[in-house]
Amino acid sequence: MFQTDTIAAIATGMTNAGIGIIRVSGEESIKIVDRIFWAKNPKKTLEKTKSYQALFGNIHDGDVIMDEAICLVMRAPNSYTTEDVVEIQCHGGMIMLRKILELVIRSGARAAEAGEFTKRAYLGGRIDITQAESVMDLIYAKNEMAARASVSQLRGNLSEKLKEIRAMILHHIAYIESALDDPENYSLEGYADALQLQLEDTIERLDMLLATADEGKIIKEGIRTVILGKPNAGKSSLLNRLLGEERAIVTEVAGTTRDTLEEDAMIQGIPLKIIDTAGIRETTDTVEKIGVDKAKNSAEDADLILYVVDGAKTLDADDRQIMELLTDRKVITIINKSDVDQVVDKQWITSNLSSPVVELSAKTGEGMQDLYECLKTMFFHGKLTMNDEVYITNVRHKQALAEAKRSLCQALDSIRGQMPEDFLTIDMMAAYEQLGYILGETLDDDLANEIFSKFCMGK
Amino acid sequence: MPQIEETYDLVVVGAGHAGCEAALAAARMGLETIIFTVSMDSVAMMPCNPNVGGSSKGHLVREIDALGGEMGKNIDKTYIQSKMLNESKGPAVHSLRAQADKAEYSRAMRMTLQSTEHLTLRQAEVTQILAEGKRVIGVKTYSGGSYYAKAVILCTGVYLKARCIFGEVSYPTGPNGLQAANHLTDSLVELGIPVRRFKTGTPARIDKRSIDFSKMEEQKGDEHIVPFSFTNTEEDIKREQVSCWLTYTNEHTHAVIRDNIHRSPLFSGAIEGTGPRYCPSIEDKVMKFPDKDRHQVFIEPEGEYTNEMYVGGMSSSLPEDIQYAMYRSVPGLEHAKIVRTAYAIEYDCIDATQLKPSLEFKEFSGLFAGGQFNGSSGYEEAAAQGFMAGVNAARKIQGKAPVILDRSQAYIGVLIDDLVTKETAEPYRMMTSRAEYRLLLRQDNADLRLTDIGYEIGLIDEERYRKFNEKRDAIQKELHRLETTVVGANKTIQAFLEKAGSTPLKTALTLADLIRRPELNYEKIAEIDSERRPLTPEVVEQININLKYEGYIKRQMQQVEHFKKLEKRKIPESIDYDVIDNLRIEARQKLKAIRPASVGQASRISGVSPADISVLLIYLGK
Repeated sequence: MFQTDTIAAIATGMTNAGIGIIRVSGEESIKIVDRIFWAKNPKKTLEKTKSYQALFGNIHDGDVIMDEAICLVMRAPNSYTTEDVVEIQCHGGMIMLRKILELVIRSGARAAEAGEFTKRAYLGGRIDITQAESVMDLIYAKNEMAARASVSQLRGNLSEKLKEIRAMILHHIAYIESALDDPENYSLEGYADALQLQLEDTIERLDMLLATADEGKIIKEGIRTVILGKPNAGKSSLLNRLLGEERAIVTEVAGTTRDTLEEDAMIQGIPLKIIDTAGIRETTDTVEKIGVDKAKNSAEDADLILYVVDGAKTLDADDRQIMELLTDRKVITIINKSDVDQVVDKQWITSNLSSPVVELSAKTGEGMQDLYECLKTMFFHGKLTMNDEVYITNVRHKQALAEAKRSLCQALDSIRGQMPEDFLTIDMMAAYEQLGYILGETLDDDLANEIFSKFCMGK
Repeated sequence: MPQIEETYDLVVVGAGHAGCEAALAAARMGLETIIFTVSMDSVAMMPCNPNVGGSSKGHLVREIDALGGEMGKNIDKTYIQSKMLNESKGPAVHSLRAQADKAEYSRAMRMTLQSTEHLTLRQAEVTQILAEGKRVIGVKTYSGGSYYAKAVILCTGVYLKARCIFGEVSYPTGPNGLQAANHLTDSLVELGIPVRRFKTGTPARIDKRSIDFSKMEEQKGDEHIVPFSFTNTEEDIKREQVSCWLTYTNEHTHAVIRDNIHRSPLFSGAIEGTGPRYCPSIEDKVMKFPDKDRHQVFIEPEGEYTNEMYVGGMSSSLPEDIQYAMYRSVPGLEHAKIVRTAYAIEYDCIDATQLKPSLEFKEFSGLFAGGQFNGSSGYEEAAAQGFMAGVNAARKIQGKAPVILDRSQAYIGVLIDDLVTKETAEPYRMMTSRAEYRLLLRQDNADLRLTDIGYEIGLIDEERYRKFNEKRDAIQKELHRLETTVVGANKTIQAFLEKAGSTPLKTALTLADLIRRPELNYEKIAEIDSERRPLTPEVVEQININLKYEGYIKRQMQQVEHFKKLEKRKIPESIDYDVIDNLRIEARQKLKAIRPASVGQASRISGVSPADISVLLIYLGK
């Protein structure tokens, strides 16, 4: 599962314009794309196409044409991953790209893990260890943050719902397994009927979740970038500059942004989900205080923090309070208002903060290019994979949901086919595992614990 | 003072269910083997429940038999009641369980040991492991004798520093008042092998004459007997069966227990060992499940030539007077006379993550371990490990690679993989839910899964192997015939289907298709299948299962293919996890402690995430 199967991901940035590319890599990649790609010249297939040659045609979902596309074949070992690779270039539109990716996955590929293309490139000897190490760093970071990130992606009570469903499934598995283990003590008489109703209900609930996943909140997923700073340091101006338009209310009065604002932006191909926060300072204003607390919470969830310092003021206690939030986080420190006289102790900042420091003026735009370069450097190795990852996480979650549903449907079919109960738990266990995957929870001894804590077993 | 010095190929310490299998396997493979027991009366003793098999444990016994082990044959000789559990469920969870005549079981196994070539049975307490550096060279007994060998297998069961406890009373003995082994632990610790303390327990035995069976439900054996051993047929072993009896605890029983719980050594803290959750004492059940108003109690005979009856479901370590009050509150036991008091027993054992999948110590060449010593519980679990340890110790001496069964091949594979991979906080018991590929690991096909391996090891003789191949061929040929024999929608067929309550044909189908219909099976379509030749019930069973559950079986086979990929990716023993950056600290610690043999095994260690496995694969790819 880690080595030889075929993986797929969207390789281009998440804009709504231009051409989008889906990259498929692995032994089966050519075969898989041939299943959904019909060349304009019906005699031609990708299988018969030479390396580094492309075909023009349509992507088909069954008889339905989804999009026009150019498919480029790169044969092993002369590709980025050293495996057979097909790149599907289509007109894009995020929704369409995502649908085509799902089609590729349905046709036999697997959604790529974070950094997986690069991992394969390394294993194939294509790239050197420094590059590979940055991939491993990425996996590591992903690993550490997996639980938090995946849960925070599931906004609202979605994760609660999944947990509920999971607990219910586990309880039923545990009961059935107890009865199999100790048949003289626990009876399964009539159990399947009750379970059938429960499963039908659960499948309906999964369907509803799947439907919401379909509505495409695609652009909402980006690198969570939180702008932090004291009131009136110029956070909203920076946001507007990044977005290229006036979004946040900008006034000369400190404390204007009293809530957090979320905006999506594509900066040099890097998808950012930018969160503007209320300025952090000691305050007695209740409304403002709520804003400040929210800002702190946002900072905890952030993938990247843009810390904005007012270059025209000296650092004070409020700044120190903010700096505490920056420990062990990915941060770019921005000294704003470079267009006016600078009084802030830049020397102190560069030597005391471990983050890169950029001087700019959000108002005039001077120095913005430096910020972009800094962003690019930070995400350089991970740039492509970061795109994949942010994107794929969603597709993977959706895939996991769909798998879970399929397993439960199989269990339901087994009940209808009057299969014995031990067949049901196998599929239910698979569903339990898939849902756990979304929540970042592993299996371990869940079942044994449930059995022993809920059911009294023993000779 | 001159002392005895003898040299063997192999020493087995302990002659319980693990030790017997280990010694028999090695001796039958041609190695000069000596097996030590603290008492000749305790060979293959069953100190707790008087039965063999049960859910998933029955699978283990059939697997041991398919590989050429002894337990199945021995229980077939000495059973007094037999039952196939879960018959109304799927074939994967059918499980054979037999009541044993304990004394006969022990006697028959002792006789087998004593009539096996190359095998010496010796009564003595082993007190010391002799080692040269990190290599084991033999053992020493309490009386000072030295027994040199190329390998040693530890199957000490519950005897190491054993202590039996009930109420305020504590005896420094093994089960049934047998002498404990009080010295060997020290030798292990000196060698740097850490030990830990586990606990288990057993109920009282009651005099049959004092029981009123009219207040209990009779539990009879099956009419149709399935032998444990693939070498036996029903005819070979059919006999008159003895009944067990079912009764229940009640509120009064529970009140007695609750009122006196402060006198339980478990609750007072006098017992330090960790006990199994799946085999709780009656006081545990009452305290942990206060909502249950009754618990089952099975009264089971200990044998044909004894009055002792085992009180299944009521193991306890309460004081004797409370035990009387508690047992006598149960219907039918009002006048019960206790023959043996219930007790809890504590003993030293190891965390089996110190072992390789071959059951050899990672740190000690030639030292193997099996059974309860490895932190498992149950006669069958012990026998399975003992057998594998015996085979692998013998193969090591013969210069051959170890035989490792994986999780897709056998319950034995699941058992050993779990033991050597996962740190278990309690004695480990087999359960069918632990086997992820259980549709493939059925008790009915243990021979089809494992006889080839048993033959290759050298424990299945030519005659048995020939018969096995005949059976396998018969299944294949008949499946092929059924898949290729087409029946048309003619009158005879339609009339038959109507009679059998099945839908008439629209197009022609194969006989296999008909068998797949839920309402039909191989036997039922006999009258429309004139070409069939007589087959044994075992062959017919395989045909029905293979056809009826084909879809499920195929799905599991696909999963197995997936699983095998990571199993095949071996990790060199010399790997240094400290130089692999990017492993999370927890994962690094776990990998260093357990030193998995394959990436597959690594992926099952709790605390090692899929991302850690990715990192590991990248490293191994260098």
